[in-house]
Amino acid sequence: MNGPPRMAAIWCPDWPVTALRLAGGATDGTGPSAVMTSGAGGTVLACDQAAREQGVRRGMRRREAQARCPELEVLARNEAAEARAFEPLVLALESVAPGVEITRPGLAAIGTRGPTRYFGGEDGVLHALSRAVARAGMSGTGISETGMSGAGSGAGFGSGMSGVDVLIGAADGAFAAEQAARRGLSVPPGRSAAFLADLPVETLGAGGADGAELAALIDLLRRLGLRTLGAFAALTAADVLARFGPVGAGAHRRAGGRDDRPVAARRPPVEFTVRLDLEPPLDRVDAVAFSARGIAERFVTDLAAHGLACTCLELQADSDRGEQTQRRWRVAGVLNASDVLDRIRWQLQGWLAGPHPPSGPVSRLALVPVETVPTGTHQQALWGAAGTGTAPGDERAHRALARVQTLLGHGSVLTPVLDGGRSPAERTRLVPWGDERAPLRPPQQPWPGSLPAPAPTVLFDPPRPARVLDDAGRPVVVTERGAVPHPPARFALGDERPVAVTSWAGPWPVDERWWQPGAAGRTVRCQLVDVRGRAYLISTVGAHGWQVEAVYD
Amino acid sequence: MPENDQPEPLDLIEHAFDDVGMFGATGRGHAGALAPALRPAAGLPAQFAATASGHRAAPPLRVHPALSPLLPDGLRRGNTISVTGSVGLLLALLGAASADGAWCALVGFPHISAEAAHGYGIELSRLAIVTPAVTSAPAPAASSVTAVGALLDAVDVVATRMPARLAPGEVRRLTARARSHGAVLVAFGDWPGADLRLRAEPGAWSGIGAGTGRLHTRRVQVLAEGRGQAARPRRVEVLLPGAGGCVGEVVHLLHARQRAG
Repeated sequence: MNGPPRMAAIWCPDWPVTALRLAGGATDGTGPSAVMTSGAGGTVLACDQAAREQGVRRGMRRREAQARCPELEVLARNEAAEARAFEPLVLALESVAPGVEITRPGLAAIGTRGPTRYFGGEDGVLHALSRAVARAGMSGTGISETGMSGAGSGAGFGSGMSGVDVLIGAADGAFAAEQAARRGLSVPPGRSAAFLADLPVETLGAGGADGAELAALIDLLRRLGLRTLGAFAALTAADVLARFGPVGAGAHRRAGGRDDRPVAARRPPVEFTVRLDLEPPLDRVDAVAFSARGIAERFVTDLAAHGLACTCLELQADSDRGEQTQRRWRVAGVLNASDVLDRIRWQLQGWLAGPHPPSGPVSRLALVPVETVPTGTHQQALWGAAGTGTAPGDERAHRALARVQTLLGHGSVLTPVLDGGRSPAERTRLVPWGDERAPLRPPQQPWPGSLPAPAPTVLFDPPRPARVLDDAGRPVVVTERGAVPHPPARFALGDERPVAVTSWAGPWPVDERWWQPGAAGRTVRCQLVDVRGRAYLISTVGAHGWQVEAVYD
Repeated sequence: MPENDQPEPLDLIEHAFDDVGMFGATGRGHAGALAPALRPAAGLPAQFAATASGHRAAPPLRVHPALSPLLPDGLRRGNTISVTGSVGLLLALLGAASADGAWCALVGFPHISAEAAHGYGIELSRLAIVTPAVTSAPAPAASSVTAVGALLDAVDVVATRMPARLAPGEVRRLTARARSHGAVLVAFGDWPGADLRLRAEPGAWSGIGAGTGRLHTRRVQVLAEGRGQAARPRRVEVLLPGAGGCVGEVVHLLHARQRAG
C-alpha cells in the first residue's frame, strides 16, 4: 500500500468570525468577538485573537466567556455567509490547480502530486498557492525557512496583512496537512507521523465530522492517560478497532499519519452567465439587440453543450451612469436564441421608453440563467400531441401572448392574481405576462372586513364619485357608530340623473391603517341596487363623499 | 358555410378539395356495390367539412350546465358569439372551458375582478388580460384588432370589447380568422354576423333588503338568438352569480318558462 497522498492545506483561522466580518455589518472588527453555537447552552465556536488574549477559548460556555471578557461581542453563526466568503479563496486556489476539496468553509485541501511536477517542486506549488491567495485579496503570504517543531525543518507559510489570515501547510494526508497549515509548516515527506506524535489528542476533534463520538473518544483517551497523538498511535490498530469501533479506527489512522483518504475534489461550477460590454454605449434598442445577437446565441449554446436549456432568465442591463434594470423572464417551454433576443428587446424598450428611463445609454448586458432543465424534458411531441410536460396548446398560447406583448408593449398583456386585501380592488392584482405570479399579501388569510362572495365583476380603479341621497335629497351620512339615520333613496353615478334605489345593505365599516398618521381613516362600504337592477359597491372614506368601487355587472 | 359571409380563399380551396377529391372520386371510382356504403350519410359531410380546416376537428368547449340550454353543443370552435347586458354572463361562458384547460384572453377589459373570474370557474393562470394602451397608440381600435387577430391564432377563447365601432371589413376579418383557426370569439357588445347572440336582461337580486342582508344571487333571463340551427330564440333563467359566485341553475322554473316563452 502506498502511503497517504501528499497534500497541501489552506486554513483560515477563526473563519466563522472572519466570515461575518467580511460579510459586513455583523461586527466592526475592533472589539473582541466570538461566534456561539445556537441554543440556550451556547458554547464558543470560534473567537478572534483579541478575545483569545482575554482568555476566551473554543468550547467555553457563554457565561464564562463573558465573565472573562465582558466587552465580548457575541455573534450568531451564519454558515451561508461562511461558505460565500470562502468562495473567492477557493476560486483563487483552483486557478493554481484543479481538485480543491473544501473540508469545511475556512479549510481547503489540495493534492500536490500533480502540480508539483508542473511547478518544479512542492515549494513552487506552495509559493503559487500563496501568490494566488494574495491575488484574491485575502492577504500577503510570507514564506520563511524555519527550523522548528519536532518534525524537523520545514517551510513556514504564514500571513497576516489585511485582516484575513491564511495559513498554508503541506504534509502526507489531509489530517497532517491541516495540522501543518495550522502551524504554517511544510512537513517533509515521510515525517508526518513524527510531526503529529507530539500533538495533543484534542486535535483529533478539530475535524468535526463525527463531532459527538470524537469528543467522547478524546475524553476517554485523556482519562486513559493517552494525551498525545503519538501515544494513541502506538496502540495496535486491531485493538483500537475492537475497543473504539470504526470512528476510533479512523482517528487512530489519522493520529498515526496514515490518513489515506483521497481528496474529495469539488468540480468547479460552470459559469453560464454571459456578459456583454457595449463599447461605445448604445441608446437605441435595435442597436443593442443587434450587438446582443452573439451573446444570446452563446448563452443558449453554452447551456445546450451541458445538456441544459433555460426556462427562466434574468436579464440585467446597466447604463453608463450606473442605473440598472433587472427582470426575470419565465417561459412555458425553453428559451432559444431568438426568444432571448426578444426579451432583451422588450425589456430595453420598456426601460428606455418607460416612465423611469436611464439618464445615459446602455453600456452593459448580462444574461443569467435562473432555472434550467435537462434538454430532453422539453422535447416537443412529434405529432403535436400532449406530452408529459406542457400541452402544445399552452406553448402556442404562450408564444401568441409573447407576440402580442411585442406588439403592444410589455405592460399591455397582464394576468390576474388573487391577492389579499379588504377592498375588491386590493384583492385583484394584475402582473405583466411572464412575470412571477406571486401575491403581495396572502389571499388565504382572513381579511376581516372583506366582503363575502359573490365578488363584483367590474372594478372602478380609481373609484368613481357618486351621489347617494336620502328621501329629502340630502347626502346620506354614516354616523360614528355605524348607523344610517336616513337610508339611501336615490343614487347617481357621476353626473348622471339620480335614479331610485330599490334595496341596499350595509354599512360595513373597515378600520384600515389607523396606525399610519397620513392614512385615510375609516372606510364604510355599502351595497346598493338601483331601479334598473344594477348593483354597486359604494364606499365613503372619512367625511368625504360617496364613491363607487365596483359594479356587480 | 354561413351564407352571407365572404369565405376566405383558403377555406374555398379546402372545400373544393373536399368535394372533388374525396366524395366525388370515391363515388365515381367505385360505383355500384361500394358506393352505398361509402356514400356519406346525413351526419358525415358535416364531420368531414369540420375536419377540413384541421383545427375544427377538436370538440367544442364545454359550458356550464346552467348555460347548456342556450348552447346545447357548448362553445363551437370557430364560432363568434356576442354577449350583451352582463359581464358576468361573459365570464360564466368562459368558466367551464377555462377550467377544462382552455386558454382565454380578455381584450379591452382592464378592470375585471380576478375574484369574480375565479368565482365563475376561470383558471387565472390561463387567463390573459390584454389592454391596448389607449394613450400611446394613435388608433386604439387598430391595436385592439391586431391584438385580437394575433390571439385568435393560439388562444382558445378570445373575449373582446372593442373601443370604437369597427369597420365591417375588420369585423369580417376577425370572424373569418376565428373560424379558420378554430378559436371562439366572444364579443362583448354588438357584433354583426355573430353566430349566436346572447343577451342578459336586467335581473333581480336576492339576499338584499332595505339595509339588511347582502347581495347573494341574481336571477337573470338570458335570451339566445342565432342563425341556422340556432335560429329559434331560446330563453333561460339562470343565476348570475349563483351561490358562491359561480353561475347557477334555476331548476324549478326552467321548463315552465321555456314553454311559455
